[in-house]
Amino acid sequence: MKNKIFTSLTLLGTSMFLLNSCKPAGQGSGGGSTLAGDAAQKVYVAPGTHDEFYDFVSGGFNGQMSVVGLPSGRVLRIIPVFTQHAESGWGYSEETKPMLNTSHGFVPWDDAHHTTLSVTNGEHDGRWAFINGNNTPRIARISLKSFRTEEIIELPNSGGNHSSPFVTFNSEYAVAGTRFSVPPDNFGDVPINTFKQNFKGYISFVSIDKTTGNLALKFQLTTPAISYDLARGGKGPSKDWIFFSSYNTEQANTLLEVNASQKDKDFILAVNWKKAEEYLAKGKGKKVPAKYAHNVYSDVTHSATSTIMTDVMTLDPKDCPDMLYFIPCPKSPHGCDVDPTGQYIIGSGKLAAVIPVFSFAKLQKAIADKKFDGSFEGIPVMDYNAVLHGEVQKPGLGPLHTEFDGKGNAYTSMFVSSEIVKWNIEKLTVLDRVPTYYSVGHLSIPGGPTTKPWGKYVIAYNKITKDRYLPTGPELTQSAQLYDITGEKMKLLLDFPTIGEPHYAEAIPASMIKDKTIKLYKIEENKHPYVAKGEKETKVTRNGKDVHVYMTSSRSHFAPDNIEGVKLGDDVYFHVTNLEQDWDVPHGFAVRGANNAEILVMPGETQTLKWKADRIGITPFYCTDFCSALHQEMQGYIRVSAPNSNVPLTWHTGKTAMKEADDKSQK
Amino acid sequence: MKKIILMLSVLPIIIWSCGGAEKRAETPKTDESVLLKQDEVHGQEVKELALSTPLDQTMVKAGQEIYDVKCASCHRLTEEKLVGPGWKNVTTRRKPVWIVNMITNVDMMLADDAEAQKMLEECLVRMPNQNITSDEARSVIEYMRHNDGEK
Repeated sequence: MKNKIFTSLTLLGTSMFLLNSCKPAGQGSGGGSTLAGDAAQKVYVAPGTHDEFYDFVSGGFNGQMSVVGLPSGRVLRIIPVFTQHAESGWGYSEETKPMLNTSHGFVPWDDAHHTTLSVTNGEHDGRWAFINGNNTPRIARISLKSFRTEEIIELPNSGGNHSSPFVTFNSEYAVAGTRFSVPPDNFGDVPINTFKQNFKGYISFVSIDKTTGNLALKFQLTTPAISYDLARGGKGPSKDWIFFSSYNTEQANTLLEVNASQKDKDFILAVNWKKAEEYLAKGKGKKVPAKYAHNVYSDVTHSATSTIMTDVMTLDPKDCPDMLYFIPCPKSPHGCDVDPTGQYIIGSGKLAAVIPVFSFAKLQKAIADKKFDGSFEGIPVMDYNAVLHGEVQKPGLGPLHTEFDGKGNAYTSMFVSSEIVKWNIEKLTVLDRVPTYYSVGHLSIPGGPTTKPWGKYVIAYNKITKDRYLPTGPELTQSAQLYDITGEKMKLLLDFPTIGEPHYAEAIPASMIKDKTIKLYKIEENKHPYVAKGEKETKVTRNGKDVHVYMTSSRSHFAPDNIEGVKLGDDVYFHVTNLEQDWDVPHGFAVRGANNAEILVMPGETQTLKWKADRIGITPFYCTDFCSALHQEMQGYIRVSAPNSNVPLTWHTGKTAMKEADDKSQK
Repeated sequence: MKKIILMLSVLPIIIWSCGGAEKRAETPKTDESVLLKQDEVHGQEVKELALSTPLDQTMVKAGQEIYDVKCASCHRLTEEKLVGPGWKNVTTRRKPVWIVNMITNVDMMLADDAEAQKMLEECLVRMPNQNITSDEARSVIEYMRHNDGEK
């Protein structure tokens, strides 16, 4: 038995060798000592069995969130968030359109960068995922029971919601630091070159209800006009704090590539958010006009509502001493990560030759001892050496982000030198380095940003793909790589393609989520205003030019499937209720010439597709989701007549056709 | 043994990526027990079911409500077959336990019961799991008896 296993291992080794030998040299061969000898075995998930982790991967410019299984790297689902998703009708159906409403009106797209999973006591609790909309500043909350977007809140006074939606120690808040400083929304018409006087770096604190997860924009800090980049909540001793990296402390408003890279050091902003709450309670806040949308989806009405809010509470740091401190950090820091103990804050200067590690204890002492190196617009700047734990020397080029394994080690992605570097936090020594293919951006360890990392793997989310997969023209898939970190040396296990451009991702053990997922919506609990609970309740009504079809679907017919009496120019609303009550029996609905998309209706759910009757004649509709052996027969007709016709509004399924067929066959 | 299967199944992929299809190993055996593993449970088999007369009118009403929402799109109250058979005289054609299991244990019935399998061949659509509890199914039976003229 053992012998046999040994033989197969040897065979495998040989095939690896063959693989390497036929790859051109220097083209990113993943072989040699980097690729684990037993890689295939470690990522193989046998048919019918499940992955060990859910990985929630941001979709970048596709505006969505992907759900990937680890270690297989298989994409399990794309959760539509900020971008219309024609295949399910997200953002096209009447129920989901309000989710994409903003103060600018309907915005069908965004750029989603960072996934954050909810935590309790700094540990994953498996309840919600959050993701930021970068372009039209928003934060979304996704239920990990339904894997659907339940809430989206817009952020006023912001431009480029990048340092978001990182959470505090008990998910009290998801934060949103503006990447672009902007003048206040209601005082915006100012010359761009009055940046220093008129622009502000707004940082939003969005509260998360402990029970429902509901979001509310609690307050905004009006900090100096710089660019906030990333953020991390404190943990343990630092749990009342949150840290933001920044760049452009030069306060340039043009050619930032050069002008924002002048100073030796930019800042990490340390925010004592508990202090901010105290100042709010003392009435230091100032309510200012602001316009932003707050959109909530209900699993009961299967519909979303969008509310436009009209003001926001702001806190001016000038009125709030001891709340904010700037920590100097070398050269345009990007990542800003807090280790699992909450004692160390790691800044990653994109252009720096070192990785500075700051000590939270030293920060507290330096604040007490007033070890300041001047101030920036009234906010104390800490003395660099007084708060520094130490610097990792020569870690690599272009450090971006750091994650943790819970064993005292940190893993930093190096964009320029295209590698992951493992180092010891206490000793600041480099322990191992492994190449990435190519140019890693974010990296992620399951539980890596929490107080309890699950470890086992680190995943590199790469910015450049090149030759890693079969070529597909100028546009290539995006690429991620899975490494084993259980040993002293990191070992490459797997390349896997991703959807959109992955920025940050968080992985969580499947066992924390999989048994809590819902499988269907109970038809009895459906409170959609146009639900038809059973074919008995199906009907067609007219209200002026609006025609409402209360339709049901079941394997395999619609009721009604023959509709007459619709007139040219009518707006027809197909409200489709899926009567099925079994897992994985969705029905689809598509109608010829629809200017929007289709809808996919889950068991027990109601969704609505609006369709304009734009021509006289017969239009077919059908089910798009293969539902049974008679799925192909799941189809129907709608008749459109001239505006002045006197065809009455009628609807039915079955009766007539079947009766006639019976009669004919009897004759 | 499992491990060997595992290794064998991985090998061809790797070799193929380099040397081409001619180097493929034999198709690996699949592990049926893994493939057939089903976590879903559609309720438990009901073995006995006692009927009483006169009909329980509360159950008749509850059964009718369930029928309207969850059954009517496929079953008529007449003899007419729609997706599934019409319900007229179903309580004389079938034993009550058979009907209840058809409602709550579809998987078991389609796997084991010859009559249920015959129905699938006729209708070509699996009797769906409509998430009906055995208590609710009991009410449906009462409504079926009412439909068949029992008092």
